[in-house]
Amino acid sequence: MDSRITQFDELAGADGRTRAPYRKLSQWLAETPPELLASRREQAELLFRRIGITFAVYGAQDATERLIPFDILPRILSRSEWTTLEKGLIQRVTALNAFLADIYGAGEILRAGIVPADLVYRNPAYCPDMAGRRVPFDIYVHIAGVDIVRTDDQGFFVLEDNARTPSGVSYMLENREVMMRLFPELFALHRVAPIENYPDELLGTLRSVAPQRANGDPTVVLMTPGQYNSAFYEHSFLADKLGVELVEGRDLFVRDDVVYMRTTEGPRRVDVIYRRIDDDFLDPLCFRPDSALGVAGLMGAYQAGNVTLANAVGAGAADDKAMYTYMPDIIKFYLGEAPLLQNVPTFRCREQEALAYVLDHLDELVVKEVNGSGGYGMLVGPHATRAQIEEFRAKLKAHPQNFIAQPTLALSTCPIAMGSGVAPRHVDLRPFVLQGANGARVVPGGLTRVAMTEKSLVVNSSQGGGTKDTWVIDDAWSAEEAMGQA
Amino acid sequence: MRIRIRHETTYRYAEPPRTAVQHLRLTPRSHDGQHVVDWRIDVDRDCRLVQSEDAFGNTLHRFSVDGPLESISTVVEGEVTTFDMAGVVLGAVERFPPVLFMRDTPLTTPNVAICDFARETTSKESGTLSKLHALLGAIHESLTFDAAATHSGTTAAECFEHRKGVCQDFSHLFIACARAISAPARYVSGYFLGSDGEDQVAGHAWAEAYVEDLGWVAFDPTHGVAPQENHVRVAIALDYLGAAPIRGAHSGGGGETLEVKVRVAPAAAFSQSQSQSQ
Repeated sequence: MDSRITQFDELAGADGRTRAPYRKLSQWLAETPPELLASRREQAELLFRRIGITFAVYGAQDATERLIPFDILPRILSRSEWTTLEKGLIQRVTALNAFLADIYGAGEILRAGIVPADLVYRNPAYCPDMAGRRVPFDIYVHIAGVDIVRTDDQGFFVLEDNARTPSGVSYMLENREVMMRLFPELFALHRVAPIENYPDELLGTLRSVAPQRANGDPTVVLMTPGQYNSAFYEHSFLADKLGVELVEGRDLFVRDDVVYMRTTEGPRRVDVIYRRIDDDFLDPLCFRPDSALGVAGLMGAYQAGNVTLANAVGAGAADDKAMYTYMPDIIKFYLGEAPLLQNVPTFRCREQEALAYVLDHLDELVVKEVNGSGGYGMLVGPHATRAQIEEFRAKLKAHPQNFIAQPTLALSTCPIAMGSGVAPRHVDLRPFVLQGANGARVVPGGLTRVAMTEKSLVVNSSQGGGTKDTWVIDDAWSAEEAMGQA
Repeated sequence: MRIRIRHETTYRYAEPPRTAVQHLRLTPRSHDGQHVVDWRIDVDRDCRLVQSEDAFGNTLHRFSVDGPLESISTVVEGEVTTFDMAGVVLGAVERFPPVLFMRDTPLTTPNVAICDFARETTSKESGTLSKLHALLGAIHESLTFDAAATHSGTTAAECFEHRKGVCQDFSHLFIACARAISAPARYVSGYFLGSDGEDQVAGHAWAEAYVEDLGWVAFDPTHGVAPQENHVRVAIALDYLGAAPIRGAHSGGGGETLEVKVRVAPAAAFSQSQSQSQ
């Protein structure tokens, strides 16, 4: 028997009965001839090619730039599901921020023995240069991409907190734009919450954390490592949407602890840098001396309070996969609240008992490198070959502290449109949480990533995953009904 | 002992750069083992020298200058009184718990060969302090001092492979070994008073390791000794990069050459040797 029958589908639930948010879509699907779906899929492909939305895959031998697969069927969340999720996300990011302010400040959570000190101080993403410094408005995590999964309709699990430079928001925006052009009739049937205001919200967030002396009219720039970065398309896309300059390190310079941008009209003072470049490359005087991507003296200007970096330097110390396991305690410690979003049960391989269990159950577990990201350096036990498992066994024994392991979750599925009709595929969701001096907010939606291969649990675009548009719709289910009530 | 130091660093450029930025860690602080009597720092360019403290509590001076710059010269000079503390570092600025100094850095990550060497060297010793002394002796014995063999980016693993290097490499290897046997360890940049009184072409470097119940203890693997009165401690960090006397960057220009002149002498003899050399 196929095990997926018992598992939760976003459209069909666990019992095969169409869930309320999907009723209209399901009906529409039943009435729509397969040829129409096929032609819309082709149009979508054409549109994405024309937009030129690509990403680079590190370690792939063939083309360096790829089109990310897009599926035309939306993933739908009801307003009430979203409200729960939104509260949980804001709670989580607030706690992440409080944790960072603490470990770079008083270190109370370490003294209280809630998080082991060595896990913080030995974390490669912990930045000693940030210790004892305040960042503007005490905000470290301005933009977070929190990866969410579910296994039933009861609640949500956080799979990963991305507090460094989360990517993918351009796909969220582009997917919506393409969907609105392809399926105006579906948007007429549903009241879909808008996400087009994300760039405005992001700009508002960035402006809100500018140094005081910017006097309410800060100059914001987006800093990219350059066109060879896998997310360069997104960097240029966002800079365009934000209406700010897209700069590389060589476009900026620091004079007496102030950052300037070279422009045709002479140097212009920069107040906020939305940087999409890793800590290590920011400033060759503080970090990697061979970095040609950064700006010499940037950290000096940052520490002098003359420029704001988003996200803050050293924010990665909170999104480490080993730190993840302490998140429920971190939320309780700073907020005195129970976590609204659950953590996936996680084995910390640094602990002897956990390691023994993990080594005995490698074929059932997902093993992740503590500092890996994007699905690199990961073992999915049930789908791994003998050789892969043995390779990980050796790695685990050599450096147990570098790994965590989680049970393979029965991730929810969502239907995708295929040549032969419609088929369920595993999905996750990355909503983007913004946190500024003006509060925290999440645009209603996010990036739904979908494993395009049957039964695959890996949704990362670097591993062949695709995306879907994500809809948050009013609980009245349809525009008609909502109007009927009015 | 009263030690007088003069340290001059000159960068020259074949093609003058438009601007340059430098970070200087050239100013010692006092602790139980040393008292800074006087110290001054001088840059031969018109610039604002901003003083601050870095992550580890080292005194940091920063400046940026506009070009065209044919050269930049920095001179520090001063006098420090040192006391024999048998290598134990007391009363120094400590910004982090010892566990932070278990972090690996690209320059100090131990490879399998280093781990094996550290284990074998220390297997017969009991107690962290004697293990560290065993490492000190073994590293001093097995490496040859060779200024031509390495550069500022040489890693502990590379140095160990060739068994050659300068004080920076000796120190990185000691740090890698110490951390491999679970002793927190860090890099120290400073000055060393040699017996010959000759001018030196660079400052000195050694290491400190943490011993429970004793605190931070200094080890100089280049000389195979625990520092007593001949070492002046300037900056500490996880490795050379964090404690480097000067880190700089310039935009435009090129053809950079570096000249360093360091004179370390007993205070009484200093002016004498200086006048002789003039």
